[in-house]
Amino acid sequence: MEKSLKELLPGEAGVVVRVEGDHAVRRRLFDMGITPGTEVALRKTAPLGDPLELTVRGYELSIRKDEAESVLMKINEGESL
Amino acid sequence: MKFALAGNPNSGKTTLFNALTGSTAHVGNWPGVTVDRREGVYKYADEKVSIVDLPGIYSLSPYTPEEVIARNYILGGEPDLVINIVDATNIERNLYLTTQILESDIPVVIALNMMDIVEKGGVKIDTNALSEKFGAPVVPISALRADGVKVLMETARGEAAKKRDARSPLEASPFAEEFDRLVGLFRDREIPHPVFYAVKALEGDSPDDLTDEQLSREIEEIRGSIRLEPAFEGDMEAAVADARYRYIAEQCARSMDRGANDARFSTSDKIDSVLTHKVLGLPIFFFFMFLVFHFTFAEPMMFTDLLTEDGIPSPGVMLQGWMGDATDAVSEAASAFLEARDASPWVHGLVVDGLLAGVGAVLSFLPQILMLFFFLSIMEDSGYMARAAFLMDRMLRRFGLSGKAFLPLLMGFGCSVPAMMGSRTLNDEKERRLTIMLMPFFSCGAKLPIWSMFAAAIFPNNAGTAVFAIYLIGIVTAIAAAIVLRKTILKGAASVFIMELPAYHLPRIRNLVPHLWEKLRGFVVRATTIIAGATVVIWFLSNFNFRLEMVEANSLESIVGVLGTLAVPIFRPLGFASSPDAWKAVLAIVTGLIAKEMVVSTLGVLYTPGLEGDALEDEGAASALSLALVGAFSPAAAVSFMTFNLLSVPCMAAVATANAEMRSAKWLWITIGFWLLTAWVGSFIVYHLASLFV
Repeated sequence: MEKSLKELLPGEAGVVVRVEGDHAVRRRLFDMGITPGTEVALRKTAPLGDPLELTVRGYELSIRKDEAESVLMKINEGESL
Repeated sequence: MKFALAGNPNSGKTTLFNALTGSTAHVGNWPGVTVDRREGVYKYADEKVSIVDLPGIYSLSPYTPEEVIARNYILGGEPDLVINIVDATNIERNLYLTTQILESDIPVVIALNMMDIVEKGGVKIDTNALSEKFGAPVVPISALRADGVKVLMETARGEAAKKRDARSPLEASPFAEEFDRLVGLFRDREIPHPVFYAVKALEGDSPDDLTDEQLSREIEEIRGSIRLEPAFEGDMEAAVADARYRYIAEQCARSMDRGANDARFSTSDKIDSVLTHKVLGLPIFFFFMFLVFHFTFAEPMMFTDLLTEDGIPSPGVMLQGWMGDATDAVSEAASAFLEARDASPWVHGLVVDGLLAGVGAVLSFLPQILMLFFFLSIMEDSGYMARAAFLMDRMLRRFGLSGKAFLPLLMGFGCSVPAMMGSRTLNDEKERRLTIMLMPFFSCGAKLPIWSMFAAAIFPNNAGTAVFAIYLIGIVTAIAAAIVLRKTILKGAASVFIMELPAYHLPRIRNLVPHLWEKLRGFVVRATTIIAGATVVIWFLSNFNFRLEMVEANSLESIVGVLGTLAVPIFRPLGFASSPDAWKAVLAIVTGLIAKEMVVSTLGVLYTPGLEGDALEDEGAASALSLALVGAFSPAAAVSFMTFNLLSVPCMAAVATANAEMRSAKWLWITIGFWLLTAWVGSFIVYHLASLFV
């Protein structure tokens, strides 16, 4: 099943399929380790609902839902943190 | 010799820099941008080498000023070697930058930091294997305990004398062949760092000065011939980033033995689950903020009146008292010295009432500036600052700011000076400017005496509400100003928010002390140069008339008095400048531009002549002033007067700090103009609204 990183539920994980959006933002996401094929887990959302806290390549990264929307994911079925 | 220190933010780079250079470090600025440039000296037994601390970066991409600085410095030929610090607890992402640095031709040593923590977690890293793979020595260190630093520097010295062959993960990528041809193009033309530029060319990021049309054509041809995997959809940058991470993962798999799980992460996770908790996160954050302000400004501190009768003042207030005693003592000594030598009144006035009083007034804030900055630094060093931004981002985004701006703005309620200095943590230049421009609207501690005096005199039955209203006017103005500025001169939305949430750790005194000292020194230098100069000018203007004769300070005959009178028409629409006494209120406004504590004392001197200095602090004098104010200000005029003081130029120290933070004369003048304009418009609106109701 394919959906955007924004739609992940806390505790859910998936693999990045592709990253869309603005050039500079996309490059920033790549630099921070969000490349196609990478496993990303959504740890939680901030108390006010945005931004998100992710686990990528063994560290914690925070991005807004706006940016998360452009990251397309394949969800790991039946798996959670 | 010169070594550059490069690495990710939160990799322990600053700790290593401090361990290497000790007290020799000095801070400057990279040309043209507000990014600190630290340089210090490491002493070998027989030689000294200077160490340049590059800004913390994740990549050498051309998208942030920090990255451009680091990239230009590394490639520019100045350093003999790059020490690349890598956080071993977060090795994959840290090595990403390493692969980019290794594409240059400059000698590199990799300092693998926090090895002690990794080993405690049961993970083993074979540094020899890593070193062989990357073609550069890997030295395990602990920057915190200064372990391995000597070995690192000896290795670096040996390495700096050697030539290193550039390496790129792309040599093992699916498009290695095309990449080799690209490198060949740059090599044939004897362009330095051919591998680095070949990668950039591949990514479509050619150097600005590429005028060789033939080369551009050949690059395009090679790029066009590459067939990428479908997942990348023709995106070369994604393919290159992917190749780097793939290569790193492969090397790590070979040289790392990930035993049991890393204990540090779970401790940090536990702390985080409380501090960013869905329900508790925000209350805990506000409680911390309350404590920061309490320890800086409270007099006395909560519950301490149970211990002693008057309670114990907060550290900030206590230090401020000592500072005041010290500057008073200097002032008195100077006064006695001058009197003993029969100095003329103007020399006495210039030195004691002008210079020393002005600098003393500014220095009296030093303890509280220091306290606020101390807490700010602890939050930054511990990793909590990133969480504060995480918690507050949603709230600030609608006003065109990111969560990182919250702390500096909040500090503005204490003092604009450390608050403006704290805006350094924002990485977007426009956002930094916006934050600085909004700062005065967050009513600082020095404005409180104005509010208390007017509230007590004009609104005796609703004093609390009046003060609250002023704070509210400030916040509403800040929101409106942010929205307007974001649509006009600082066009754009809140900067992109892609932020690492570093693992929590205890703040390190060894890092805090140099950082605080740096900031403090900057402020003292400004206080004693720009601010001292300005106070002398102001003293002259308020003590002399146009015939350069000494007159009573701030009187109608003084230059300031004459200019104040001339300025009265500007203020007339604001309601508080219509009586024949209007120049007094205007003069108080003008002195308030220098320092807000001067507003009350100016009003005191002008409206209750004959009562001066300590006499003004007597209850009788205070009520005399109250009576005078009731006579001079209608309620609407009083609110308008307060609003002008709230929104206009906060003080000389803040102007000097804005200047230091903006690094642009043009933007400083825009900012000052913006403050004055906002103050005028704000007061005008408030006066007319208030006239309807009170």
